[in-house]
Amino acid sequence: MTSTFIEPRQTKYRLTRARRLIRRALPRRIGLRNRILIIFGAGAMILSIILALSTFGFTRASLVQQRELTEINQAYINARRVQNELVVDRTDVVGALEQAGTSLRMLFIDGRWVSSSANFTESLVPTSLKTRTVSDKSPAIMVVERAGRAAILIGIPLERVNATYFELDTMREVHDALSSVRLALILAGGFTTIVGVGLGVFASRRAVRPLANAAQAARAIADGRLDTRLEPTDDPDLQALTAAFNEMVATLQSRAERDARFTSDVSHELRSPLMTLAASAQVMQARRDELSERSQAALDLLVSDVARFQSLVEDLLEISRFDAGVVRLVREPLRVVEFVRQAVAVSSLPRTPIEANPAVTDAVIHGDRRRLARVIANLIDNARVHSGGSPRVLVTTDDAAQPGAYVWIVVEDDGEGLIAGETEKIFERFSRGGAAGRRSGQEGAGLGLALALEHVTLHGGRIWAENRTDGIRGARFVVELPVEQPMATTGGTR
Amino acid sequence: MGIRVLTVEDDERIRTSVKLALEDEGWHVDEAASGEDAVALFSHHTPDVVLIDIMLPGIDGFELCRTIRRSSDVPIVMVTARADTHDVVAGLEAGADDYLTKPFAPKELAARIRALLRRVRPTATGHSKLTFGDLEIIPDEGKVLLAGAEVVLTKTEFRLLCELANDPGGVFSRESLLDKVWGYDYFGDGRLVDVHIRRLRMKVETDPANPRHVVTVRGLGYRLES
Repeated sequence: MTSTFIEPRQTKYRLTRARRLIRRALPRRIGLRNRILIIFGAGAMILSIILALSTFGFTRASLVQQRELTEINQAYINARRVQNELVVDRTDVVGALEQAGTSLRMLFIDGRWVSSSANFTESLVPTSLKTRTVSDKSPAIMVVERAGRAAILIGIPLERVNATYFELDTMREVHDALSSVRLALILAGGFTTIVGVGLGVFASRRAVRPLANAAQAARAIADGRLDTRLEPTDDPDLQALTAAFNEMVATLQSRAERDARFTSDVSHELRSPLMTLAASAQVMQARRDELSERSQAALDLLVSDVARFQSLVEDLLEISRFDAGVVRLVREPLRVVEFVRQAVAVSSLPRTPIEANPAVTDAVIHGDRRRLARVIANLIDNARVHSGGSPRVLVTTDDAAQPGAYVWIVVEDDGEGLIAGETEKIFERFSRGGAAGRRSGQEGAGLGLALALEHVTLHGGRIWAENRTDGIRGARFVVELPVEQPMATTGGTR
Repeated sequence: MGIRVLTVEDDERIRTSVKLALEDEGWHVDEAASGEDAVALFSHHTPDVVLIDIMLPGIDGFELCRTIRRSSDVPIVMVTARADTHDVVAGLEAGADDYLTKPFAPKELAARIRALLRRVRPTATGHSKLTFGDLEIIPDEGKVLLAGAEVVLTKTEFRLLCELANDPGGVFSRESLLDKVWGYDYFGDGRLVDVHIRRLRMKVETDPANPRHVVTVRGLGYRLES
């Protein structure tokens, strides 16, 4: 396969690098569908994480800010209340603190710290804040860390009593609210990712569908249905593929048809002269006794090879019809056993013994008499030529699977049997059975079994070869055909 | 007295080889290269058997067959290039008694001609008159009457009717009819029987679409009823 390589231009360098990075992250072995899936899933996840983080940040900032304002107001009110108490009684510091509500409070008065709770000690007050409030006597607010969480610390100088009031707000409500928000965002993020994956599945299916259609069409073509085409589409991305594909198939089809027609034409043109040859040879044969011995030998050769030539041309013509796909069956109801008897009677070994299973006596198949007779004749010829032994025909049914649905026509011989691995190959055109075929070499062109396969397949049946299973050496060929009429008795015929 | 065969075939080499082979059988062979020649020869010397190739220049084999049938019930064998086309049925519908597929061996052709000739000679059925409702068969005279009026049958149609009449009500398979009527060891074509049965019905049934005498037994064959 040749591939065109386009040099990456400088301007595209960064893009190529990004692409290369992505490609490195997503190994080649991942299929197109999964790649789309991963891109969608990861994209949804990354977007939802970004969204969640920013939402969370903004929410937190605004909640904290709001809380600060409330807290400052509250702290001033509390501070004034404490100051008023202390003006009245400067000694009852604890009592004064208790007047100031329930929040965590602390007073720095006369060089000592008095706290309302053991949870709020001077260690929590940073030096900078202390300096500012105690020494500079100006109010200050600061966010401090307490037990791993942010808390607001406010310091207010109480000028009338020469003290400093501190209040700590743990922002419990804010933290509760934020944890709810966080949970909601995590859930939403997860949900978004799942939706993203779902979309990915959908998108990848849609993206792959044309490929699946093309694959199916290609398989149909490989199976010989050369008239298969991809449906035209108005999708500009797919149009190129569809058009190229259909063009390819059309070329393939016309070539196959041309080949088949050529074989057919050649065979057809050979027919008439061959017929004249055969007829003239026959006229000479009627006067064989008048000829010299040498002429007789030459005439015998002529007659036998003209016959062989004729059958080869007929086989070629027949098989070219299959290739061109123009074979039409002339079907009629056939009583299998009776039919097989007649077919054997006109074969090259008319006295071949026939054995019929009583179960198939009344079985009727819907078949083309001439073609099926050819199948039987070819199988008998094959047994005669390749095994050198005398064949035997069995008409039976495969009672293992569905009793009565199929009838089996079996041609058995007592020759050398089949070589392992050869059972498929012998149905190929111009193939000759291994050692046995070479030994008797002359007769047949190797189209008989290939034709039998085509005929049987066209009838919706199967044909296969195997070695005999009854312990006797030899091959057996089985033709399996669907039964049209149930094997019920409907009175005799004459 | 010698048998006279008229062979109509445009390919001179085939025609000559067939003539040579059939003359070996001791028969006299007239040759015609076209339908027009054949019609002229036919009126001059009525043959015992006519052999017609379907592919002819000028009037084709079917047309020639119909032309001959209008004036004669002489046995006709059609030669077709292929057995699986509708040519066979069309040829039989045009009035042919039998057909052969090219290429054929002259021996096979001779066998068919002999069988056809044997068949057209009257055979005694042992009955002077057979009656099936409004249908009467007089084998010895080769006559068939439908509701008292004489029906003209070809020799093959007549033989077919007589065979069915030999066992009224009995079922005859296509194979047995091929064997008895066409008369030789022949791996036949059911269409041969079907088409002749159809043509027979056109003549001996009051309503050929709903046959009352020549009845089909599905999957088995045919039977004659009164």
